[in-house]
Amino acid sequence: MEEQEAQQKDMASKAHADVHADEEDAAREGESYKLRIFRGDAEGGREVEYEIPAVEGMVVLDAILYIQAHQAGDLAVRWNCKAAHCGSCSAEINGKPKLLCKARVEEYGGQDIRVHPMRAFPVIKDLVSDVSWNYEVARSTIPFTTDEQAPFEMYEEDVERLYEPKKCIECFMCQDVCHVLRTHQKHEEFAGPRFFVRNQWLEMHPKDTERRVEYLKEGRGGIGYCNITKCCTEVCPAGIHITDNSIIPLKERVADEYYDPAKWLMRKIRGRRSPKTGQIIGRNGNRNGG
Amino acid sequence: MASITAAIKKPIQRLPWWVGPITVTAVLTGFGIYTMVAVLFFDRGEYANYLSPFYSPPVNSPLPAWLSPAIFVLWLPLGFRATCYYYRKAYYRAFFWDPPACSSKAQQREPRSTENYRGERNLFVWNNIHRYFMYGSFVLLIFLTIDTVRAFLPEGSFGITLGSLIFLVNVTLLWSYSLSCHSLRHIVGGRVDCYSCVTGGNARRKAYSWLSVLNQNHALFAWLSLFSLLITDIYIRLLLAGAVTDLRIL
Ligand code: SF4
Ligand code: SF4
Ligand code: FES
Repeated sequence: MEEQEAQQKDMASKAHADVHADEEDAAREGESYKLRIFRGDAEGGREVEYEIPAVEGMVVLDAILYIQAHQAGDLAVRWNCKAAHCGSCSAEINGKPKLLCKARVEEYGGQDIRVHPMRAFPVIKDLVSDVSWNYEVARSTIPFTTDEQAPFEMYEEDVERLYEPKKCIECFMCQDVCHVLRTHQKHEEFAGPRFFVRNQWLEMHPKDTERRVEYLKEGRGGIGYCNITKCCTEVCPAGIHITDNSIIPLKERVADEYYDPAKWLMRKIRGRRSPKTGQIIGRNGNRNGG
Repeated sequence: MASITAAIKKPIQRLPWWVGPITVTAVLTGFGIYTMVAVLFFDRGEYANYLSPFYSPPVNSPLPAWLSPAIFVLWLPLGFRATCYYYRKAYYRAFFWDPPACSSKAQQREPRSTENYRGERNLFVWNNIHRYFMYGSFVLLIFLTIDTVRAFLPEGSFGITLGSLIFLVNVTLLWSYSLSCHSLRHIVGGRVDCYSCVTGGNARRKAYSWLSVLNQNHALFAWLSLFSLLITDIYIRLLLAGAVTDLRIL
């Protein structure tokens, strides 16, 4: 048992230095970090300054957990995997969304570190915001639909574009940084970058038979509000090129349907072509000829 | 290479948020003013076997002589760039501050009120005709390619001059910019969901993958080709003014 624990400790990267047990080992003699953390709730709050002993390789979540353990037991923070996989610990450091478990304290090289909850969503307490709005949008998304029976036979060349959107860890930092939501509060009419990533996956899936351009343009998607200014791409911890590979391809599909007079004319004359098979599938049918 | 990019990136990231939008505003405004002056006050851009890309292809203009015929051509590349997905990002950020940058501090400076923001739903919905400008731009590119070939034929036979190399770099960057266009990538393969189901699917997939690689550098090509256009035109004007003589290399 002990051996196993020791092994695990060995495996843990320095980025995840265990501040509870090991701080003496890695602690840098006499050095400390200062963090200003938002304390409050939906009603309001203020920044409170905390000072903690510096530990080599420490991430901001380590610092916060240290504060929670030693200085402010009631400090609320959400986290799970501590390995940048679960997307739970999203918050804002110095006004930019970050995964707390991935942001090294040293990166801020002596600057102030100001930690706030994500501001595009209602604050519950301290660093925790209520992201449930995203699940509502998820429910509005037209689900994967097919007339074939799984398991599917699919070719690599048809699915290689689907790997990138699948990397999403649902941290919702792209939603947080998007000015359409954050500054213009279009939560009722705009699905946000995370769901454009989702819709791109669905739309480009070779077995899916649904059409989502109406949803994207006229419906809950509201893709016209996006002005492709790429803040979402800048913050995505999974490195998804949200704007270039999800949003713009979807905007182009919307343009095919709504803003291309030649395409419109062809549809009138010849009928709609299926992007799956290239076959003419009638004037108004869904993509597989329904 | 990666460490070089990282070394450049770090200090850039440390700059205050307004440096980016202000720089873009300055460069684009500068380019706009230069083009206006060139087009309004100079009716020609031809020197020996060089034709400035601003004036290609030459057209017969029914307009008064002081107004350059270039305006009959220029609307096309200008429209192409104005509706380009990359330039859209650049000017929404730089000119409209919508948003000027991504940090919360920068976003607080967005001038439009919550209700007034329409994104690309009102006026900017016109940007959706981008693909038509793209088609036109490829026609123009053919002319520019012919001009480049001519630039390599001083006195009728093959020769390399500084001017011809400038033309070559310029036309290569213009092709790279146009081929990396998002709309082209969509039309070639982005709109197909199942390559193995459509005729010619494999060729389309390959072309799409290749265009996607170019597309990743679209912003870079957008800037480089803007500068190369400028440099080509300035070089010809310097030749016209007799300020420099063309260097013959071969
Ligand atoms: S590119 Fe569009 S979705 Fe992404 S942050 Fe900007 S406005 Fe929002
Ligand atoms: S797309 Fe990227 S930033 Fe957005 S939720 Fe997914 S992982 Fe997070
Ligand atoms: S997207 Fe930039 S040229 Fe088409």
